[in-house]
Parts: sequence; structure tokens; C-alpha cells
Amino acid sequence: MAYQLNVNGQAMTADVDPDTPLLWVLRDTLGLVGTKFGCGVAQCGACTVHADGAPIRACMTPIDVVGDAQITTIEGASALPVGARVQKAWSELDVAQCGYCQPGQIMSATALLSQNPSPTDDDIDVAMAGNICRCATYVRIRAAIKRAAGQEA
Amino acid sequence: MGIVQNLTQGFSPSRRAVLAGGGAGGLILAFSFAGKGAAADAPAALNAYVQIAPDGIVTIVSKNPEIGQGIKTSLPMLIAEELDVDWANVRTVQADNDPVAYGRQFAGGSMATPLHWEQLRQVGAAGRAMLMAAAAADWGVEVASLTTEPGVVVHAASGRRAPYGSLAAKAATQTAPELRSLKLKDASAYRIIGQPTPQVDTAAIVTGQPLFGIDMRLPGMLYAAYAKAPVFAAKVASVDLSAAQGVKGVRKAFVVEGGTELDGLLPGVAVVADSWWAANKGRQALTIQWADHPTSSQSTEGYAGQARSLVAAKGGKTLRSDGDVDAALAASAKTVEADYFYPFLSHATLEPQNCTAHFHDGKMEIWAPTQLPEPGRQLVAKTLGIAPENVIVHMTRCGGGFGRRLMNDYMVEAAWIAREAGAPVKLVWTREDDMRHDFYRPAGFHHFRGGIDASGNITAWANHFVTFGEGEATARSAGMAPTEFPAQFLDNYKLDVSMMPLGVPTGPLRAPGSNAIAFVVQSFIDELAHAGGVDPVEMRLRLLGKTAAAGGQGGLNAERMAGVVRLAAEKAGWGKTTLGPRQGQGIAFHYSHLGYFAEVAQVAVADDGTVKVEKVWVAADVGRQIINPLGALNQIEGSVIDGISEMYGQITIKDGQVEQANFDTFPLLRIPDAPVIETHFIKSDNPPTGLGEPALPPVVPAVTNAIFAATGKRVRSLPLNAAELAAG
Ligand code: FES
Ligand code: FES
Repeated sequence: MAYQLNVNGQAMTADVDPDTPLLWVLRDTLGLVGTKFGCGVAQCGACTVHADGAPIRACMTPIDVVGDAQITTIEGASALPVGARVQKAWSELDVAQCGYCQPGQIMSATALLSQNPSPTDDDIDVAMAGNICRCATYVRIRAAIKRAAGQEA
Repeated sequence: MGIVQNLTQGFSPSRRAVLAGGGAGGLILAFSFAGKGAAADAPAALNAYVQIAPDGIVTIVSKNPEIGQGIKTSLPMLIAEELDVDWANVRTVQADNDPVAYGRQFAGGSMATPLHWEQLRQVGAAGRAMLMAAAAADWGVEVASLTTEPGVVVHAASGRRAPYGSLAAKAATQTAPELRSLKLKDASAYRIIGQPTPQVDTAAIVTGQPLFGIDMRLPGMLYAAYAKAPVFAAKVASVDLSAAQGVKGVRKAFVVEGGTELDGLLPGVAVVADSWWAANKGRQALTIQWADHPTSSQSTEGYAGQARSLVAAKGGKTLRSDGDVDAALAASAKTVEADYFYPFLSHATLEPQNCTAHFHDGKMEIWAPTQLPEPGRQLVAKTLGIAPENVIVHMTRCGGGFGRRLMNDYMVEAAWIAREAGAPVKLVWTREDDMRHDFYRPAGFHHFRGGIDASGNITAWANHFVTFGEGEATARSAGMAPTEFPAQFLDNYKLDVSMMPLGVPTGPLRAPGSNAIAFVVQSFIDELAHAGGVDPVEMRLRLLGKTAAAGGQGGLNAERMAGVVRLAAEKAGWGKTTLGPRQGQGIAFHYSHLGYFAEVAQVAVADDGTVKVEKVWVAADVGRQIINPLGALNQIEGSVIDGISEMYGQITIKDGQVEQANFDTFPLLRIPDAPVIETHFIKSDNPPTGLGEPALPPVVPAVTNAIFAATGKRVRSLPLNAAELAAG
């Protein structure tokens, strides 16, 4: 079935089965491979994208429920003022080790800071607990969120 | 093909045809030192490649796989330093697998720094010498009258200057100098080494560019899912393939006969489709009957029962016996006896195993996230009956390694399926596949007996280690060296080993061996310290003070270890910090991968037994020079949290199968539980060594020792069990 999607501000079409998760539509159909597959069951956050600005797990979001929501992926994050700030902080502190989780981390952090420009440590814990970093870059993830929020750690 | 090029630039000088098509504008200075006068005791033969474009942009090849350890940045830094160029003008590219050009290419053992510290600086210095020789010839002056500034050869006497870009063509025709003849910079002159340097791929990572194996896309590529038996290596008894073939998008479903080697091509059913989702749906539609397998009755409970019997039987092969442990125990003022256990663990790289393969023109071309490409190439060649020279392996960035990708099982699966499918195929494992078909950190059992004298000194140490293996062969990564600390530091020391057969694949997990042995050894030292009324730091310094240097991999230097123990204790305010109820500090040290690490953990244990690691102080001695401090700290922080994470999860076996399948049952530590970490380096006058692993082992016993300090309860078995640590 052909779905009309809005991804990173662009109209896109995907002809896929209704149960296909948004993750695989992005990666395999649209070629936007920045969004990552880690668990497939909403446990790791590697597949985090925004639907109308809210973070969602693309691996558990069937394409059939996406509708006309504005989807933003890591490839479109730089176009968001907060996203660009988060990416800059991530680069300056060199948060990544392998880097595989970082698109999801950045999308979760961008959603957090868009909602809450000055998060506390507890706010960061709550917003970021769904994103696993197997390389355990958590010390820098926290510091980068604070830097992007203008609170130097 | 834009994505393909972005993903793997395919640097492989020994296949010049590939490069010729690349149309690189500059000159390639090929330093090929393979085998040149290499003494038998020399490290692995080295090759490295530098390319300088007319505009002065320098391209440096990174020979080893990048798994998040930062090698694609730190190895080129070594070359760039001695080449004497501005880091801003350096571009790095990932090498292909090419043992002819690059020698051994692998990510393992934290070996890249010790193996390349000298050699890659020499490669850079050789390039600089050739550029200077070119300038000397141009100007008709002596090489000795020339110097360099970053990217420029300078003749001070005449004021002439030539940018490297203008000299590169001529430099490439100069004879490469003898490596050992080159004088390297004094550390005080470093401009790149020692500077906090962000990873070269950081911009691509934060913008989601294709970098990883799983990001690979080829024209006409199909996707594959592969179902294997939950009991390792069980064969397909029967399957109705039409169930998969009926799923929309599925092109092909077929049985793979496979073999019996656990690290080779195992039997299964492959489903190939237009999309991965369709392939996996097809695979889920299958009902596969698996054949009976001899290991299908194995279980975690069964192993524990066998271990108890083996310990009770007091048997085992004696690997080491110094002095007379039994007599010393009998003469001890106090003795302690304890049974320790640690479970199987999964690597759980966040990027599940995957590989893309394309069989064309008689050649098998592979794009793989692998830590060990050449054995993968050989495995593919052997299994598919293709000549090794017709198997090409491109290395992609790896979404984590931790030792998992030292095995190339997924590579040979992708190759087999792609040849069968007659199209380029990307095989992607599900998380469940990944967790249930790992090469697990082996579980282990240790029965300790220790004695102390009236002054609290350790007089005897006996360890009956029950592990896995058959006959003389220990299961992979399941052994223990007879030199492991505290061997050689005690007069009466004994190590006995018993083995039981295992049907579960095992393999190296970050700091293999050490990640488990540090836990049991450093915990039992703590037990003896408390039994003897000796402070745990004091006990460790006493042990280390006894022998100047002995044991371990390459020889543990007791002075260096004592140095980090003192530093960690001092920074943590050991013995001077006021701690609340159910709060405590613990210390541990461990020597592995040539690195000296001592760590103090501070924990708070809630009344319900939940352990919160509040802070960890790390004291490290990895030699005189930290190459990239930004990467170094990241590795240490990651290792410390990784070690803590390993205390919460376990892989258990029932009916020969792994019971866990995803992160809900095999938890990894998340951001709310990450402690504050404070790292201090001792810059000792020793060659620099690696940081990918050695910070991990000590944190586990530091935490369990802190739990004892907080609660009076000794953790002798992992994972942590909150019920056992609850108040009351
Ligand atoms: S892949 Fe979606 S949460 Fe893990
Ligand atoms: S950087 Fe490797 S998983 Fe986060």
C-alpha cells in the first residue's frame, strides 16, 4: 500500500505493507539509514525519531499509524535550532565511542531540550533512560545536554 | 554508489586497480615495510600509507577496524605527528582488509597502541624524510640543512620554503629510509600527540551519515534473515518453506546445511526478500523442526551441580603449586573458605551482527563490521570453496565490538546466502538472534581457601577453578593463567582446574579472563583482609610490597601497581571520608593488557537491597604518554560503566538454549545508574599501552567490596541479588 509521508519537511512515498515499522521504511525504503535498529521492541532507543516533535520509537510504530505526522530523523536534526545545538555540543565533547546509539540519543535529547530548555539531572534521567549506550558514554551524554542547554557542567 | 564510497573508501594498495579508478589527485607515498629484516621477535610486520595532495591535504590510512575505541583517530595521529603536518589538513580513511599491505589488522587485546606506537611514528618520520630529500634535491642543498614546520620544508639559511603538496610527487620517488635510522621527536615538541582530539567520524556520527555495516546499500540489494536452532548447531530436521515463500516480498527461502563448528556456518533456514521486514516476516512464518542434539540437556543448573561435585571431589589438574598450601593453612591463625561464581554474559553490541555480501565475476565481495577481517576471509573461502584471493573484505565502522566481532560467523552466513540468492544481500540479525547466538563470556566457579597469620598477613592461597572444556582443550576464553596474581606474590599458592563439557559457544568479552578473575581474586583478598583485621588498601600494599616484580602477562610490576593503589585511595579520601549508613567504599586493582589500574567505588545500598554506585575513582598507569586524552577518558569511563553493567545481567542456559533474548531480560546499565567517574593518570616512564580494556576488571570487585563495607554482606555470586542485600 502506498503511504504519503512527511519526513524532514519533504513529501515522500513508500509502498509497503501496513504493519511495516516506520524504522524499516526509513532505512530500507527511503534510504535514511541514520535511524538505527537495536532491539526492535522499544527497549534501546536507537530508533528514536520525532513525530510532530515528540520522541517515538520507530521500531514499534507501524507505518499505518504515522498518518500525516511530521517525522524528523537524525538526518533532519540540523534543521531544528535545538537539534543543531545538541549536535554541536555532542561534537565539541566528542560524546561518541562507536556512535551507533548516538542518533537516537541526539533525537531524545533534542526532544527534551525543546520541551524543557533547562533540565535538571532528574529530568535528564527520565528523558534519556530509554536510550541505551552500550559503550556507556553516559557521562558525556549528560554533559553535552547541559552544554546544549547553556549550563556548563 | 555514493553511499558505498562514503561507507568504505576501500583503501587497498595491494589491489592497485581499485585505486587507479579512484583518480586520486596526489601522490601515494607507499611505505611497505612488510617483512623487511623483521626479526623473529619483532612485532607484527607493519605497512602504512600516506597520500599528500597538491593542495597539502594529507590522507592517512587507518589500518585497523574501528569499533568505538577511537583507533581511526589515534593511529593517524601518530603518523601525522612525525610527518609534521597540521591535524586540520589530515583526512583519514579506513583500510580494507589487506594483509599484504598492512600486516595484521584487528581490534583486540588493547594492542593497537603498544604495537604501533613506535612503528607508525617511524612511518610518519619516513614520510617527512622523503619530503626533505625531495626539497634537498630541488634546491641542491644538504638534507641536514633542512627543517620542517607543519606541512612545509624549510631551508633556514636561504629562507626557502616548500609546502609538502608541492614536494609530494618528487618525494614519492625517493627511497624510503631505514625505519630504525629515523630520529623521532622529543615529546616536548608534540603538536598532535597528547592533544584532546575529537574522533574523525564525529561529524558523520552526529548527523546520521552511513558509516556502519548495517548502513550498507548496494544497487539491486536484497535483504536476508537467517533462522538457526536455539540449541547450538542443531540441524534442520524438517521445514515447510512455502510458508515463507507466501509472504509478500520474499524472493527465496532455503535450508543451509551448515556444519558443526560453532564459529563457522551453522545449519539454518535463510529467507531472502525485497526488504528486511519482509525477510524477517517470512522467517517468522516458518515452522522449523530442529533435529535432536547431544547438548540439548545442558543447563545452568546442571553446570552448577557438576561444579559442586567437582569441588567436593577435590580433584582437578594442578596448574601451579608453590610451597605447601595445606601445611600453611594448617599453621594459619585463621582460615577462610569461599565459593565464588560468575555467569555467562552476552556482548550485546548495539549494532546487531550483520554483513553484506555480493558474489560477482567469481569473486565474493564482503562489507563487514568485523574486528578480525582476515580470518573471516579465510573462513568464507574455506566454507564456500573459493580461493582466498577471490574473497574481498571491506571493513565498515562497527557499532560496538567488545570481542564479539572477533568471530566471523555472520560473515560466512552472509556470503553463503548471497551466493545462493544470486544477488547482493544484506543479512541482518534480530536482537534475539544476536543474544541467543553469541560467543558468551564463560561462566566460572572458584573454590578458595586462604590463611592468615596473627599479624593479618596472607600465608596461603588455594584456588580450585571449575571451568569448561573437554580433554586438554579449555573452552575459548575460559582458562586462567598460572601466573595470574597473586601467584608469585605468596610463598604458598595453588591453582587447580577442573573442566566440564559445554555445548555453548564462548569467546572473549572485553578484558577476557580478567573481567571475571579480577572479581574473584580481589574479592577474596578483601575477605582475608577483613578476617585479619587489616585495612583493604594496606593489605594490597603489603601483598605488592612483598615482591618487586613478577607474574601476569608480560610481568606485573609491583611498584607501578602500588603507585595506582595509593593514588586511587588518596583521591577517594580512603579512610578519611565520612560515610552514611549503608554507604561504603571498596578498592580493587588489576593488571591486564599491560595497564595498571586501581579503582575505588563508593556505593549506597538501599534498604531493599538496590545498589547505587555513586562514584568511582580511577587511577591508571599506561605509560608516559596519553595519545588522545579525549578518547582515553571516554574509554576509561565506558569501561567502568560497562563493568558495573555486567554485574546486573546474566545469560542462563536451559535445555541447551539461551533463555534471554532481548534487553528486557538482559539489562544494560542506563543513564540514571551511571556513576560519577574521576580519572587520574600516573605518567610513568614506560611505553604507552592500550586503554580499550584494562579499566574494566577492577571496578567489579571495587563495587562488591564497597557493598561489603556498606552492608557487611559479601557478594560471592553475580549478578547482584537485591534480596540478599536487603536490610535486616
Ligand atoms: S530499535 Fe527501537 S527501541 Fe530499540
Ligand atoms: S556510542 Fe556505542 S552504543 Fe553508544
